[in-house]
Amino acid sequence: MNSIQELFQKKDKDLLSIYFTSGYPKLEDTTKVISSLEKNGVDFIEVGLPYSDPIADGPTIQESSQIALENGINLDIIFEQLSTIKETNTTPLVLMGYLNQLLKYGEDKFCKACVACGIDTVIIPDLPMVEFENHYRALFDSYGITNVFLITPHTSEERIRKIDSFTKAFIYVVASASITGAKGEISNQQIAYFERIKGMNLESKLIIGFGISDKQTFNTACKYANGAIIGSAFIKYLGSNGVDKINNFIKPIIS
Amino acid sequence: MKSKFHPDKNGYFGQFGGAFIPELLYPNVKELADNYIQIIESDEFQKEYKSLLKDYVGRPTPLYLAKRLSEKYGATIYLKREDLNHTGAHKVNNTVGQILIAQKLGKTKIIAETGAGQHGVATATVCALMGLECTVFMGEKDIVRQAPNVARMKMLGAKVVPATSGSKTLKDATNEAIRYWIQNPDTFYLIGSVVGPHPHPDMVARLQAIISEEMKWQLKEKTGKENPDTIIACVGGGSNAAGAFYHYLDDEDVELIAVEAAGLGVNSGESAATSQLGEVGIIHGSKTILMQDEYGQIVEPYSISAGLDYPGVGPLHAFLYESKRAKFMNATDEEALAAAYELTKIEGIIPALETAHALAVLSKIKFKKDQVVVVNLSGRGDKDLETYIKHLDE
Repeated sequence: MNSIQELFQKKDKDLLSIYFTSGYPKLEDTTKVISSLEKNGVDFIEVGLPYSDPIADGPTIQESSQIALENGINLDIIFEQLSTIKETNTTPLVLMGYLNQLLKYGEDKFCKACVACGIDTVIIPDLPMVEFENHYRALFDSYGITNVFLITPHTSEERIRKIDSFTKAFIYVVASASITGAKGEISNQQIAYFERIKGMNLESKLIIGFGISDKQTFNTACKYANGAIIGSAFIKYLGSNGVDKINNFIKPIIS
Repeated sequence: MKSKFHPDKNGYFGQFGGAFIPELLYPNVKELADNYIQIIESDEFQKEYKSLLKDYVGRPTPLYLAKRLSEKYGATIYLKREDLNHTGAHKVNNTVGQILIAQKLGKTKIIAETGAGQHGVATATVCALMGLECTVFMGEKDIVRQAPNVARMKMLGAKVVPATSGSKTLKDATNEAIRYWIQNPDTFYLIGSVVGPHPHPDMVARLQAIISEEMKWQLKEKTGKENPDTIIACVGGGSNAAGAFYHYLDDEDVELIAVEAAGLGVNSGESAATSQLGEVGIIHGSKTILMQDEYGQIVEPYSISAGLDYPGVGPLHAFLYESKRAKFMNATDEEALAAAYELTKIEGIIPALETAHALAVLSKIKFKKDQVVVVNLSGRGDKDLETYIKHLDE
């Protein structure tokens, strides 16, 4: 059983996940952000691996990635930072990065480093299902690492069923046909899509992301899924308020 | 005929290619992958495409025997005059084809990326011709550097959107185009080179293949043989080279030479010679050779020519490089400038800076007497006058 499955055994609704960019706003903030999110009751954390050309991300995450890279962040530093909190951190961590980062770092080396930091779940938005099946599934399995797939309003039912059969952690339900970014509210069209996915009675747990920004959108998303991910809205807040005030962002959402 | 230089069903040329795209783009890319060959091979498409190439673009482009150039380098050198196309370069072969494909797929909104602005102009041109809405993404830096092409696009009715992320050049314009495409799945992404996720590299190569298709019968007429000994073309993403090589890929006795931009020198730190400096990686949805640091962060290339400063190379070219089917050479800024001046002075043709890189290797090759060489003269130099003027006195 992986760390996310264990989490779902304890709690399977209203799960709050926060995405943040490692090495942002400052290089050494990675572990501070994780500790603060954990202390404030976040259920699992997505650790963004800053990339120079993040085609699936909107301006907020893109800008934070650029700043983190200018701060000097890289995969070696990230794994080193994560290894220092391995013993103390009990909140599951999910790494989110782009395939070229794994490819260049070395896929085996990357998997080993994940295992060494107690990480067993990754999200690689530009790793399509066919490539996963042909080139990565066996490798990830051999390290006990599981990949999270995204579905969108345009993903066919057949494809969703196939993703469901691959899924060991959760399915990432992309709230709209979009790149990441805080949108403000959830439309009736999106709700119809959430209801359609919920009505498919999939085996996998569902987590909604993209456009979830506050208590209201979080609560709405949780009606149709096991939880939701907040990314850009948190990055924006972190950029303006710094690590010390994280509690003021999280508390109103889970209260 | 099945060639090893055609992609397999997943879009691979050897280990290169594929479609590394977010799920958000899957339906768009699949729709194109499922339909492009059928559309391109249909009689209806071929009739419209060939008719536009003839009457609108001005094809066939001449295959010109450059006598004085030949004399100078001791070979029989032909220039394939893509510079005489409407809009001034080979780019329009692709945009005419893709706009017809977009129409067959019922798309009415077109987006494109552009570096120097040549592809942007060629896209804005066909959109004006067909009455379709056109948005072109262009790096903020390039907008400043290539003001005349920005003005042409605007006059043609296109909306030019500055890409303000990253290095604010071609790769960032491509990122922005892909992001916009994700958010607006009803748009057609009219990509400008043999790059991007499958089927884009293959589709663009097929549309540029008209270059070598004409070369075959033109050479036959002029030399009695369809095949030259050598074909030389410059490579940024690689669309003009793909077109010039296409119908000769399986004829292994035809030497193919791809010329990359060395900038200030391959090892100067200011270069765009991807095959020499790059490693296997993924850029814009395709596995290829690309310039990157030890953590896979994409490195910004440099060349005096805005059409060659791309950090990757199309997957077909990565395969031609790895399999040694093509020979990869390079030319520095200085060598390209000298070659541009030389062609201008002895043949009366001002080439584009990109093309000048291909010409610059003529002095580096030891030709056999009577060796038949075709240089793909991919574009004209009007857009580069400012750069040429700066070096006029040197």
